Amino acid sequence: MKLVRYFPVAVDSITANKMRAGLTMLGIIIGVAAVLSILGVGRGASADILDEVASQGTTRLTISPSTESEGEGAGAPVQTLTMGDVRALFDPAFHPDVVEVVPQFTGNIQLVAGSSNKQTRVTGTTADYAGVHRLEMAEGRFLTEDEIARMSNVIVIGTAVATDLFERTQVVGESVRINGEPFTIVGVLEESGNAGFGSNDDSGFIPIGAAHGRIFNVPRYRGDYTVTSISANAVSEERVEAAELQIEQTLRLRRGLGAHDDNDFTISTQASLLDTIGAVTSTLTLLLSSIAAISLVVGGIGIMNIMLVSVTERTREIGLRKALGAHTSDVLLQFLIESLVLTLLGGLIGIAISYGLALLVQRIPNFPIDILIGVDALILAVGVSAGCGLIFGLYPAMRATRLDPIEALRYE
Amino acid sequence: MTGSSALIEMQDISKVYRMGETKVLALNGVSLSIEEGEYVAIVGTSGSGKSTLMNIIGLLDSPTEGAFAIRGQRASGLTGRQLADLRNREIGFVFQQFNLLARAPAWRQVELPLFYADVARGESRRRAVETLAQVGLAERADHRPEELSGGQQQRVAIARALVNRPSLLLADEPTGALDTRTGEEVMALFEKLHEEGLTLVIITHDREVAERARRVITMRDGVIISDSGGTAVAARSGRNGLSEAARSPLPQPIAIDHAEGKIYEAG
Ligand SMILES: Nc1ncnc2c1ncn2[C@@H]1O[C@H](COP(=O)(O)OP(=O)(O)O)[C@@H](O)[C@H]1O
Ligand SMILES: [Mg+2]
Repeated sequence: MKLVRYFPVAVDSITANKMRAGLTMLGIIIGVAAVLSILGVGRGASADILDEVASQGTTRLTISPSTESEGEGAGAPVQTLTMGDVRALFDPAFHPDVVEVVPQFTGNIQLVAGSSNKQTRVTGTTADYAGVHRLEMAEGRFLTEDEIARMSNVIVIGTAVATDLFERTQVVGESVRINGEPFTIVGVLEESGNAGFGSNDDSGFIPIGAAHGRIFNVPRYRGDYTVTSISANAVSEERVEAAELQIEQTLRLRRGLGAHDDNDFTISTQASLLDTIGAVTSTLTLLLSSIAAISLVVGGIGIMNIMLVSVTERTREIGLRKALGAHTSDVLLQFLIESLVLTLLGGLIGIAISYGLALLVQRIPNFPIDILIGVDALILAVGVSAGCGLIFGLYPAMRATRLDPIEALRYE
Repeated sequence: MTGSSALIEMQDISKVYRMGETKVLALNGVSLSIEEGEYVAIVGTSGSGKSTLMNIIGLLDSPTEGAFAIRGQRASGLTGRQLADLRNREIGFVFQQFNLLARAPAWRQVELPLFYADVARGESRRRAVETLAQVGLAERADHRPEELSGGQQQRVAIARALVNRPSLLLADEPTGALDTRTGEEVMALFEKLHEEGLTLVIITHDREVAERARRVITMRDGVIISDSGGTAVAARSGRNGLSEAARSPLPQPIAIDHAEGKIYEAG
């Protein structure tokens, strides 16, 4: 096929001026490398988060108060989610698909050990928390039913808290003071490694009664202590939706909400969380890659520019080729394929660079992000760079076809 | 001479170049017939219209007025594509400035017309090398222009003009950029090609170059002022008269016998 024979012609003319070809390709190289890396980072980050979420189980539901929509306290949580709600949700008759209900009250408070202290996120909760949130213990154990019932002064801490206070993690049996009260450490959580989503390294857990009654100054609502959130488990992944409805019904009844009133709480499931995360990361990726795509357009304009210069410089060559019998289509194809080869080459170099970057990032230990370049992104990159070559090469190629051979041969 | 055997027939050809307001009459009613196997030199002062005439013969340009035919086929009705194919098959061009591609080896230069003739790659390379041998450059097939002397470069260009076995070779001042000795060599090559049966039209400033031709056409201000058929024997007759011929750049005793070159109706 004749079309194939233009490629060596294009390669010849590109290698005849390597420096110029390199500079021309630069825009495409940078554009493709940027788009691929950004897509890769987006994909890597969402894969990380999805793993994390999946590892925490897919049956969990989280009930949290809505935020005030108007008035002075707009944006703050509505203070109506209480221990009364927790007790009501325990009734299996009305909630056959809900198996564990775990209240949480969380606040930031100082932990003191000897001369060290640390501002810590302390959560008052119950024994089931560890199961619902899939906590792993590095040392000791989690809070027990008995300790919850007695509102004992015991605490389970994350590794970062342990090392900050004691410079080691084997600290079961040691004591920390909260608001002057001594708490015995009964367990240390497994380090979660990343400082990001879902990490408990900087947390502490105490019996909910101790948190409500002694440590935090907890507001009340209709005679009950309020909670920051309630976690629950559905019996199975298939029953998550049913469990959600059952919980919603109870909470609406307890608040006396009419048919047209909005909930003053939200129930989120892991599935809805996954959806949200997916939407956020893909929006972000789209945004960033469209910025990167602009660099591709700039690169394409660079190609067009150089091809125009090239056509002018090679006026005599074009005239000669026409004199020797080249058709208009021959000249068009020659220049189109030349710019196609240029951009494809640039695209391939860009792909190589982004792969190099991905490998580099993989080799850096504890680097928070991974770059995952999928086959679809590769095909996209090749397609886009080829498209750039054809689109931005078309005008210069058409200019070349319009040259009058006599004028072109006279051209100095 | 029979009408059907004429390779090129021109009847009352005029060419007007427009440059804004001004018009240049580059050819003013030229009639001419070239038979197969002829060796024609076109001489005349600079600006007399020689290159314009050659561009029309070579199908690179079209006349403003008049009829032009190659092998009895009128050029005016042809599409750009057909003209390109005719140039490719029938005509070989040799330019004063060689017009070789930078950095390409000689065989690639020579192969070019075959590329546009859709000749397969292996075959076209073989023929290119063969044609290079014909012009005495068998050993230089892989050399690039910068590795060749001016005379060798012009011979590469001649091989390129010959490779597709054209009926007609057009050369516009082929020795203009060469020194006398290499110019001689190139002219000897043309001589040899003519003896092998090629039709040659050479534009030249050089008297000695013109003397080698069997027929000399002298131009001035866009008209043919003399046309000698056959030999370069001086004769003092002719349509254009002696006085005009004497003012031509070719002094006596060259040329001026006006051959009975009959002009045929083209097409
Ligand atoms: N493309 C052109 N545009 C305008 N004038 C031209 C063009 N080509 C040639 N001419 C003019 O036509 C006349 C004949 O030119 P040309 O055929 O090149 O003469 P020669 O080859 O004998 O020197 C000259 O006056 C020249 O300036
Ligand atoms: Mg000229």
